[in-house]
Amino acid sequence: MSTITRNPGHGPVLGPDARAPDFTLRCTPDQSVSLSEFRGRPVVLAFYPADWSPVCGDQMALYNEMLDEFQDFQAELLGISVDGAWCHSAFAKQNKLHFPLLADFEPKGAVARTYGVYDEKDGVCERALFVINTTGIIHWRYVSPMGVNPGANGILSTLEELKARSETIGAAK
Amino acid sequence: MIKSLTLPDAERDHISGSANGSIKLLEYGDYECPFCADAQPIVKEIQRRLGDDLLFAFRHFPLANIHPHSEHAAEAAEAAGAQAKFWGMHDLLFENQSALEDEDLAAYAGKLGLDATRLIREVTSTVYARRIREDFRDGVRAGVNGTPTLFINGERYDGVRDLKHLLNALTAM
Repeated sequence: MSTITRNPGHGPVLGPDARAPDFTLRCTPDQSVSLSEFRGRPVVLAFYPADWSPVCGDQMALYNEMLDEFQDFQAELLGISVDGAWCHSAFAKQNKLHFPLLADFEPKGAVARTYGVYDEKDGVCERALFVINTTGIIHWRYVSPMGVNPGANGILSTLEELKARSETIGAAK
Repeated sequence: MIKSLTLPDAERDHISGSANGSIKLLEYGDYECPFCADAQPIVKEIQRRLGDDLLFAFRHFPLANIHPHSEHAAEAAEAAGAQAKFWGMHDLLFENQSALEDEDLAAYAGKLGLDATRLIREVTSTVYARRIREDFRDGVRAGVNGTPTLFINGERYDGVRDLKHLLNALTAM
C-alpha cells in the first residue's frame, strides 16, 4: 500500500480492496447520477478541489481529451467537487467537458468524507483519484498534493491491469 | 526497439540542433496554449546559447476542446514537415498564436515557400492525426499533465520555466 503524506486533520483514505461507498449526486440542475449505475464497468472517480481553479482546469481538460482512451476500457469517468450543479454546468460549458461533474454540495462534502478525502480546513475535496472495478471494489487510489495535477498515467495503468486480470479470469473459465 | 517516452528519438521526432547533442530537451506542447507560446522565446534562447550541445525535440499535445485550433495547427506543422519545413511552421504558429484559422495556416505555408494547396489539403483531411495522437498518448504515459511539459535528459522538469532556471537545470547534468 502506498504511503500518503497529508496534512493533519484528514481521515484515513479508503484503501484498495474496500467497497466503494455508493452515492447519488446531481450532475446537472435536473439530473442525478448514482455510482451503482455503472456496476459492470470500471469507474474512474476524480475528486478535485474546485471548478475554475487553474490546476483543476488543466486536470479536467486533460481527462476530457482522453475519453476515447477511457472508452477503450469501457470505463466511466466522473469528476466530483463541492461546487453546485449550476457552477459545474458553467464550468463544463466553458471548457467543453464531455463527462459528468458531480456536485458533492449538500450536505457539503458528504461523499468525499465517506472516501476519506475531504479537506476540513479548506472545505473542499482533496485532489484524489479512485479506480473502482466492475464489481464496485476500489482497486487503486492516489491522493495528489493540492496544487499538483496528477496526470492520467496511474489511471491508465490501473485500467490496463484490470483488463488483463479480467481476461485471465475469463480465459480460466 | 521501444522508443523512450521522455527522450528525443532522432528516428521519429522532429529534431533541432545536433543529433549528437549531449543535452536532450523534449517538449510536449500545444500551438494554441499561451504558456507554450511564452516558453517559445526561452527555448529559442536556450538553443542559441547551448548550440551543438543541445538536442531539442517537440511532440504534440493538443488540448483540442479548450484550444479549438490546436489540432489543425499541429497538422500544419506536420504537413510543413513533410515539405521539410517543420521548424519554420512551428515558429510561425507560436509567433501568431491568435491567428490559426485554416486560411492563416495557408498564408504561413506561402510565407515559407511551401505548396500551400497541398498543405491545406493534408490539414483538412487530418493526414497526420494518427501521429499527433501517438504523441499525445505517449505524453500521457510519460506523465505529461498539461502544456508545456519539458523533459531534460529524460527527466520531467517541474521547475520554474524561465531562462535562468532552465539553463541551470540543463547544464547541471
